[in-house]
Amino acid sequence: MKPPAFEYIKADSVEAILTALGEHGNDAKILAGGQSLVPMLNFRIAEPAVLVDINPVTELDYVRVENGTLCIGARTRQRALERSPEVKKRCPILAEATKWIGHTQIRNRGTVGGSLVHGDPTAELALIATLLDAELIVRGRESTRTASPADFFESFMTTDIAPDELLTEVRIPASPGNSGFSFQELCIRHGDFAVVAAAALITTNGKGNCTEARVAVAGASPSPLRLPAAEIVLTGGDGKAENLDAAAETVPGEVAPIPDLKGNEAYRRAMAKVFVRRALEDAWDMARENG
Amino acid sequence: MADPAAASSEPQRWIGRSIRRNEDKRLIQGRGQFTDDIKLPGMHHAAVLRSPYPHAIIKSIDVSRALEMPGVRGVLTCEDVAEMSNPFPQAVDEPFKYYCIAVDRIRYVGEGVAVVVAENRYLAEDAISKIRVEYEILPAVVDIEKAAADDAPLLHPDVGSNIINQRELRYGDPDKAFAEADITISERFHFPKYSSVPMETFAAIGVYDPIEDVITIYSNFQGPFTMHPVSAAALRIPENRLRFIVPPDIGGGFGIKSSMFPQMVMTALAAKKTGVPVKYVEDRMEHLMSSSSGTDRVTYIEAAAQKDGTILAIRKKTMDNVGGYLRSPEPACTYRTTGNQLGAYDIKNLAWDTFVVHTNKSPTGPNRGYGCQQLYFEMERIVDLLADAIGMDPAEIRRKNLVQKDQFPYHTATGGIYDAGDYMGCLEMALEMGDYAQLRKDQEEARKNGKLFGVGLSTVVDPSVTNIAYITVAYTPEFRGREEYNAKSGSGETAVVKMDPLGHVSVIINTVPEGQGHETVVSQIVADELTISPDAVRVVSGMDTFQRFWSITTGTYSSRFASVGASAVAMASRRVREKLMAIASHELEVDVKDLELSGGAVRTRSAPERKVSIRRLAGTAHWNQGALPEGMEPGIQGTYTYNFPTSKAPDDKDRVDSSATYGFIADLAAVEIDPATGQTEIKKYVTVHDCGKVINPKIVEGQVYGSFLHGLGGAFFEDMAYDESGQYLTGSFIDYICPTAAEMPDLDVGHMEIPSPVTVLGSKGCGESCTMSVPACLANAVADALSPLGATVTRLPLKPGDIWQLIQDANGAGGEDGE
Repeated sequence: MKPPAFEYIKADSVEAILTALGEHGNDAKILAGGQSLVPMLNFRIAEPAVLVDINPVTELDYVRVENGTLCIGARTRQRALERSPEVKKRCPILAEATKWIGHTQIRNRGTVGGSLVHGDPTAELALIATLLDAELIVRGRESTRTASPADFFESFMTTDIAPDELLTEVRIPASPGNSGFSFQELCIRHGDFAVVAAAALITTNGKGNCTEARVAVAGASPSPLRLPAAEIVLTGGDGKAENLDAAAETVPGEVAPIPDLKGNEAYRRAMAKVFVRRALEDAWDMARENG
Repeated sequence: MADPAAASSEPQRWIGRSIRRNEDKRLIQGRGQFTDDIKLPGMHHAAVLRSPYPHAIIKSIDVSRALEMPGVRGVLTCEDVAEMSNPFPQAVDEPFKYYCIAVDRIRYVGEGVAVVVAENRYLAEDAISKIRVEYEILPAVVDIEKAAADDAPLLHPDVGSNIINQRELRYGDPDKAFAEADITISERFHFPKYSSVPMETFAAIGVYDPIEDVITIYSNFQGPFTMHPVSAAALRIPENRLRFIVPPDIGGGFGIKSSMFPQMVMTALAAKKTGVPVKYVEDRMEHLMSSSSGTDRVTYIEAAAQKDGTILAIRKKTMDNVGGYLRSPEPACTYRTTGNQLGAYDIKNLAWDTFVVHTNKSPTGPNRGYGCQQLYFEMERIVDLLADAIGMDPAEIRRKNLVQKDQFPYHTATGGIYDAGDYMGCLEMALEMGDYAQLRKDQEEARKNGKLFGVGLSTVVDPSVTNIAYITVAYTPEFRGREEYNAKSGSGETAVVKMDPLGHVSVIINTVPEGQGHETVVSQIVADELTISPDAVRVVSGMDTFQRFWSITTGTYSSRFASVGASAVAMASRRVREKLMAIASHELEVDVKDLELSGGAVRTRSAPERKVSIRRLAGTAHWNQGALPEGMEPGIQGTYTYNFPTSKAPDDKDRVDSSATYGFIADLAAVEIDPATGQTEIKKYVTVHDCGKVINPKIVEGQVYGSFLHGLGGAFFEDMAYDESGQYLTGSFIDYICPTAAEMPDLDVGHMEIPSPVTVLGSKGCGESCTMSVPACLANAVADALSPLGATVTRLPLKPGDIWQLIQDANGAGGEDGE
């Protein structure tokens, strides 16, 4: 379990990264936190000729607020995200979800961009990006583009990023004050990849009605999935049990789980519904308190 | 340096105390000496090409491109292995051949095909990818019952069947008991294949000396025991030319490192072929895929009872899956438990049909609790099912059937001699600690609220110190009666205690500790025996078969240390004490009967101030040999090999005392299951142990906690999974899930110390302990929780998805919906 030989390029700026990627294209892989890539190298599942180490690129390590939007540099460590006062204040569901990524040691190294680009169907950050319509800022040598989660998370372990492109930032809108959220995850063991995870953000008009519902689930489809059918049922609703049941009822028909040893298709489908239902209840409870 | 005389005369001043572990200082500082820390001049590194197919014939192999790679010293191929070595000797009389790597045919995913030797592991792995092998792919079978069927693909055509061993064992008169029973109940159970995943994987360094024709193998093997001559036979050398060296530290073994390890012979052959020392360290994937595990087992079991709950007989068929090759010490998975096959119960009749089956899974071997996890899962489940059928409480049926205190030493129907115990006392203690009556009330309340709340028990005999005779139950009495047959029996262990010229004590132990704390415990025992401080006792562990006295049972497995190892240490110490007394008697001119050893000196009983210190006596023995009593050998050392008189060969009725001493465990669990998700929460877990005299309570506590977690793995998490085509699915810790500290519930641990009459200190083994009782107890608790739904538990592990499926099946919902 040793990696094959590779050329190592230490990049110290975004420019340097883009130059290296431009030069080596498909032969290159970016080494950020290395929490997925390094095991893949050791298993020889990935055999890139060139590794571009972006750990020295501190210009991509930041959490800042611009016009009420959280802007997070791609090289920001997950642990920094979890502990950021700005994240806790403006987007508490993101802070909560980040706690569920692996173990502390993993979050100390793992980066925000690394997780998003990897495209694991159960990844917490991808789920939150999907839930909150994050903007993914992707830079090439010539131009910069903004991708939506629906476009970016193409399929199982597949994201829409060209070999010479770099994800530099993710922008996440702050959550409204009169909202409640919940992040619920089923793991077989502490720190594992999720079997399923569900996230909900409920905004109310302060009079007990939902003005906006955001619901998403991971682990039940090749990519994290927004659940518009559930959101329609919830919007305008009162958050009582029947309303939440009706919303949860739409979930099994929306998902397309990939079975594995942790859960077959039927189990993942059922758990998507159970955990969405729990997230809705929990989010509504908080929304009532905050409304 | 500690003064050996700094000690008191209190008897057992150190035994029974939780003194700090001597080992931890070096381990915590990262200064342990493990096999991978050994670096020899000119040493090269091996990587193994492993088969991606479960069943195939090797048509051709081309290593030419690998040999051209820079840094590659050579390649050991299947052809070399067939030419340079013999198949390993086997425990059954069947014509199949098992070499250190495949020679012509692949029988499991991950079986070795070729070994590259290169300057480092990176280059060796690079070269692996350049080897070209042409395989003819054959149909594979991994299911035990399918493999045992007549139309199954044959793994070893020369054997003519995948059933490699089969016995029809009868004890008492089971047919009569079944005919007379009021009630019988039967079930089919499936127990999973899982491991112990020691932190340190297997590692070996092979060295060949062509001048002396000596092969040296450094490794983290838990032996030497029987595997030394087995390896020598494979290497075609006399055993006095095969040297096994084990360093002082092993990063966990749990039996996984006590099978015949083909990697040892493999590195030796690679060294012989390439002319350099060859190191091979398994990576985690290789360890999970191809190293060792317990067997998965299918059992058909039937119990016959009177309506008052008295169990009259058990009838069963066990089918153990030993994977692609029956590897020594298999089929001990089946026969190790012969003497305690009826568990903790006073049952007189047993009909037991054993089947040991080859399939296209990886080979198996001891896994902490060896055979007992499987045995007690089927046994404790059927006892609970019987209780349920009669309408009896699970505690009550156990009270009815447990071996009673006045029956010890208890002779089991299968030949076991349970040396000492108070099974009922332990059960009652567990019930009291867990407040069983209250739990049943809580359960009633929980059920009213629609909750799935269950209480489970398991009461199991914890055997320790294997009598190697049990393996010969695999043969029929007729076979064992043949003149040319060589019987096997015994369980001996050796220790050496020597007093150095200034009175300090060195102890050499052969128990190759894997982290258990043997050095600490030995220092406690010797300190008490010689009335000195444990700090004055230096313990030398590890193994070197060229420099130690050892025998065929030497090593650590089957919880041998605290029972036979500790006994050998105590007896060797007493030999030293006797000699000290004899020298003192001579020096003081006092009869030895009037002398006693206390406070680090030999004193006259009548006048304790008339004494001579150990230091001085040691000085006399070493520095002033002329002053010793006439005829006495100079120096002071005691060597003792302890064995048990009951460790005999099986009798003509297949009865055997398969272990030397037997402890006991009573467990109680309360669980609550989330009906929507199938997740189980352990609300309470009580475990009461009788491991005899407890020498170091902290170390015993560690064994109980560790073995609990291992048992929890078997109950809820661990399964070495294959798909139907024979592909292996759990090659990393992403998929092979073992519980961690985060999954550990609070344990309530109780002890009842019933000393063993057959060990010197009264201690019994405690190394395997909860691994046997926990899967059974949690299975019973989950089954109890699910019983209102009409669901039951017949297989492990019970992952959330598995329990959810049981609930769906019981609801008849077919698995579409959740809440």
